[in-house]
Amino acid sequence: MAVAGILLVEDDPSVRTALELALTRQGHSVTSYATGEEALDHIRSRRPEIAILDVMLPGIDGVEVCRRIRRLDQLPVILLTARGDDLDVVVGLEAGADDYVVKPVEPRVLDARIRAVLRRAESAASDRISFGDLTIDRGALKVTLNGKEIHLTPTELRLLLELVRHPGQVLNRRYLLRVVWDHTHAADSRLVDACVQRVRAKIEPRPAEPTYIHTVRGFGYRFSPP
Amino acid sequence: MLKPIGLRARLVITFTVVAVTASVLVAGIGFELAKTALVKRTEGTAVELMRRELEQITFPVGRLRPGESQPLDEDLRELANRLDTPGSHAVVVYGTRAFSDDGRVMTEDDLPHELVARAQRGFAAQIRLIRGHLWLVVGTEVLRSNEYGVPELTGLQAFTFQPLDDDQQQLDSLRRALMQAGAITLLIALSVALASARRVLLPVRRLSAAAEALGKGRLDTRLPVRGRDELAELTARFNDAAAALEASVTELRTLEAMSRRFVADVSHELRTPLTAMTAVADMLSDEAERLPRAPAEAVRLVLREVSRLRELVDHLIEVSRFDAGTATLHLEAVTVADAVRDSLEVRGWSDQVEVDVPPGLSFNLDPRRFDVIVANLVGNALKHGLPPVVVSARATQQGLEVRVRDHGPGIPLKALPHVFDRFYKAETGRARSHGSGLGLAIARENAKLHGGTILVRREQPGTLFTVRFPPA
Repeated sequence: MAVAGILLVEDDPSVRTALELALTRQGHSVTSYATGEEALDHIRSRRPEIAILDVMLPGIDGVEVCRRIRRLDQLPVILLTARGDDLDVVVGLEAGADDYVVKPVEPRVLDARIRAVLRRAESAASDRISFGDLTIDRGALKVTLNGKEIHLTPTELRLLLELVRHPGQVLNRRYLLRVVWDHTHAADSRLVDACVQRVRAKIEPRPAEPTYIHTVRGFGYRFSPP
Repeated sequence: MLKPIGLRARLVITFTVVAVTASVLVAGIGFELAKTALVKRTEGTAVELMRRELEQITFPVGRLRPGESQPLDEDLRELANRLDTPGSHAVVVYGTRAFSDDGRVMTEDDLPHELVARAQRGFAAQIRLIRGHLWLVVGTEVLRSNEYGVPELTGLQAFTFQPLDDDQQQLDSLRRALMQAGAITLLIALSVALASARRVLLPVRRLSAAAEALGKGRLDTRLPVRGRDELAELTARFNDAAAALEASVTELRTLEAMSRRFVADVSHELRTPLTAMTAVADMLSDEAERLPRAPAEAVRLVLREVSRLRELVDHLIEVSRFDAGTATLHLEAVTVADAVRDSLEVRGWSDQVEVDVPPGLSFNLDPRRFDVIVANLVGNALKHGLPPVVVSARATQQGLEVRVRDHGPGIPLKALPHVFDRFYKAETGRARSHGSGLGLAIARENAKLHGGTILVRREQPGTLFTVRFPPA
């Protein structure tokens, strides 16, 4: 897995050029835009594998771009935030971003995050498990609810598969950050919380009263089907 | 609160003393006047009686005229008996002879000498205590006109003893009445004094409370101005002072907020160019390998400074977040050993630092902020101290205690109180090559946000930082 088609949205020309240079050097192919509107116009035709969005943009901001991308498909999104402020991060993750990095970011770190987010869930030998209405096909990496396919981003799918692999067992946030996001340190568990919320929104009949993924206060999450 | 009570006591005491003194004076004067009036009345009655009786003397006394003989003892005794009225007694002295009335209660010995002398000049009176009773002794000498019609002393002196016991009883009951009145006056004076002291001091106490509130930072404290007296004026002045203080503090705060805002804005603005530079830094670093020595050195210098600038800007943004009060705490159960190891690992310090944390020690912390604290303390130890650098943690009764210890030369004693100050550099000479100067300040802010403390102590050798987190 090397060359990834990256859609980069960054309004500052110097930062845009520098990131293009750095990412290209890491072996990615980059298409960049200065505004969210432009990027959204081209997203269908370019079919990128991942989007890297600056949060502060003229016109619609990165979070909004992320939200609109999510409406269409499961393209992985990494937000590039200038502040790392709590509000920014929380809003971005709620909008469906898979990960975020704080400017100024080292190219190595950004590359590692891109690779982590793009890493496909490992498909097991054809293996279907059903939990009530929920069916997970670990061979085809497909999730269906009542026979209807559920679209999950690669990160969401990996999180769900990780939880399903240990049914009834509590997985702490630190562990999940390592295996799902490849984060070497556990400082930001909000990634896990936000992603769990998104998965719940897709698979739970009533996300406020989850029946598949349970929160174990102070520890983490547990998958135990109803 | 001691002062108002003191003032109040002084007011009450002063008022009471004045009231009591006035009533004692009035009562005393009244008592004396009454006493004098009573004595005068008794004296007047006695004089009246004596004058009447003495005018009726028929026997010859004094210088005898031809054909007259000395008065007989019977005559003189008879006179004494006539002067004697019920309750009173009489003594008549003629030359060496002295006669008492038949009661024989009083004798010549009971006469005061001074009165005997004064009696030659007319009626005289004196109060005397005789055998436990108070008597008014009134006396006079009888005069007789000579052949030329000029009155001459005769040597016949008459004295009566008027009992004053009744008067004394009246005076005693008057004194009792006066004392009762005095006690009531004292009570009234006390309560009036207390009430008026309260009235006077209430605004003072209100002012005191308002000043205290002002001191505690409630700068909008104002008092209603009532009346037109000195206290009202003082209240008005207080309000003016509070308004002026509030205005200048508000102005200062605005300025301070502006400058903080400016620092925050500048830091954010610096991030954009830094992002661009950081993005291409690796490329340049690789290229530097192929450059001649001097330009390669220049490139590395630029890269080093870019990295320093990044740290500085990161720290400035972190600090300005604390200054703006927007730093928030997200507590969750954290396995301390894992958190410490993660923090070291992500910075590539795992090999340089010993970790001594009991496995399974879990504590409610904000993991991101805990990471910042550990990173800044360990970073400081690695930069300024010498190995071994040890991070240890243990649960105490007061919560969690995390220690970071190095074995370097230690921080100079006079620098010790300032290590948490912003941009404080202990060693001015070599300081520039190290850090942002904000790391320890940030560590402390993060500890404080947890409600915790951070302390520094010199060790032999090295320095020990101790962070204490209270249980959440």
